[in-house]
Amino acid sequence: MNIRENIKTLIIEKPLKLDCGQTIIKFPLAYETYGKLNENKDNAILVFHALTGDQFVTGINPITRKDGWWSYAVGSKKSIDTDKYFVICANVIGGCMGSFGPSHENPETKKIYGTDFPVITINDMVNAQVNLLDFFNIKKLFSVVGGSMGGMQVLQFVSNFPDKTKTAVPIACTSSHSAQNIAFNELGRQAITADHNWMNGKYNSKSTLPDKGLAVARMAAHITYLSKKGLQEKFGRKLQERDDLKFGFDADFQIESYLRYQGSVFVDRFDANSYLYITRAMDYFDLVKQFDGNLSNAFKKTETKFFVMSFTSDWLYPTQENKDIVIALNAIGVNVGFVEIESDKGHDSFLLEVPNFLNALKNFLDKSYVESNNES
Amino acid sequence: MKAEYNFIANIIEKNSTVLDVGCDDGTLMEFLRKNKNVNIRGIEISKEKVQICIAKGLTVIEGNAELDLKQFPKNSFDYVVLGQTLQAFINPEIVIKELLRVGKKAIVTIPNFGNWKVRLDLLFKGTMPITSSLPHEWYNTPNIHMCTIKDFVKFSETINFKIVKSLALINKNISNISKSNIFLKNLFGELGIFLIENK
Repeated sequence: MNIRENIKTLIIEKPLKLDCGQTIIKFPLAYETYGKLNENKDNAILVFHALTGDQFVTGINPITRKDGWWSYAVGSKKSIDTDKYFVICANVIGGCMGSFGPSHENPETKKIYGTDFPVITINDMVNAQVNLLDFFNIKKLFSVVGGSMGGMQVLQFVSNFPDKTKTAVPIACTSSHSAQNIAFNELGRQAITADHNWMNGKYNSKSTLPDKGLAVARMAAHITYLSKKGLQEKFGRKLQERDDLKFGFDADFQIESYLRYQGSVFVDRFDANSYLYITRAMDYFDLVKQFDGNLSNAFKKTETKFFVMSFTSDWLYPTQENKDIVIALNAIGVNVGFVEIESDKGHDSFLLEVPNFLNALKNFLDKSYVESNNES
Repeated sequence: MKAEYNFIANIIEKNSTVLDVGCDDGTLMEFLRKNKNVNIRGIEISKEKVQICIAKGLTVIEGNAELDLKQFPKNSFDYVVLGQTLQAFINPEIVIKELLRVGKKAIVTIPNFGNWKVRLDLLFKGTMPITSSLPHEWYNTPNIHMCTIKDFVKFSETINFKIVKSLALINKNISNISKSNIFLKNLFGELGIFLIENK
């Protein structure tokens, strides 16, 4: 994928030593901003995107021409109010929306990196993104916010940079990827690598792409983002544009047709190798292990105020895993609030119109902002 | 605002750290934050109430005192407040012990089942008492472990904690409970307010 016109890119000059041991230098970090940075530079919120997100948080995504992935939450008068806050979001490294990733050309070989791209981690992602603070000359963010893999980045960010944000909102996430999480990601990766067109990751040099494998990966993952109840209510056993079963393997059921559609639109905007790299980064995420089995130690040095949210029907990153974060924070007296939001929409709830969630996010941010301004 | 909030605030020293267990809609938390400049946290079981607290800018975690207090280390707070909910727990003994582990001191308020109105209700009507502070029927009440002021004092001896201060609320007035007046306070008191600590 080429870097396209509408993408703002910062070239990070500072060398970044990755967890895998390699050092990257002069690499591109694609980002987008919304709202205005105020004079005191104290109204900035760094939003971290999830596995298949990108820097185009809200408004119309100039590449896909669809609504940004967090249009419900971010915008004028919304939960993350762009009239008030300066919102920054960067495409993660390893991604495919302009930031340094496997679809980039290796300057030495003049070929696409593919699987020669270094394996990156959540830690590497946030270490790359912290450079945005220097670029905008921001000493301290007002908040770091993200759901799912975005939430993991929130946790890692505060752990790495304990004095760089006043507040932190990890949503529907975990401090350590579970066996089930890894299993689903592996299923997706196997689907991609089993596609003949994947060609050991060198597909970019050919005209055919491993779209089928990537679509299956997306379909499988998509199921994990929804709840059984939500699926049942939306689709049940409803048939797709037919009166009866056809005794074949076409999409008889609406749910089949829906998943196929989700898979097909995904391949238009996402790179298969990026999917491998980013799911790997999630699987490697284990903040508990990083701090020798005690998650509290990850946050020992911080005065950041946390607000954790989970969803009742999220079985991918269930409430207990979010609560474990709260418990670790309370164990060392960190200021942390927590609420589990009632929703049938599964893990995807954080991306959807869930009023209790959107209100809680707005209330936390707005009240904390007033409070932090009164203090300073 | 409940009548006892002023008296709870009087007990709590300025600039201390406080945990309000069962903080409801955060009214007491706000009151203490404003009047005592305390660093206050809350724990509340109802999602709706937690949402209200968040809207007030209060730090609250959704949780159950019987299960979720254990995440706080010993002496995390100067005071832990438990307002009129001790009677709703399955095991009040464990809750009291947890309060005194998490807090250096605890403030516990109890609706007094020894109040004369309650006694009369049972005596004359022969049915479970229903009063303004205990509005539920026996079959739908969350208050499964009602006690009297006297019971609570006895409870302190049985499970071995110290009552530093004990107050009775009668007609919006507050008065000290002592050995000599406990019979009357237990008869007229609507609410008992106790400052307790470990022996």
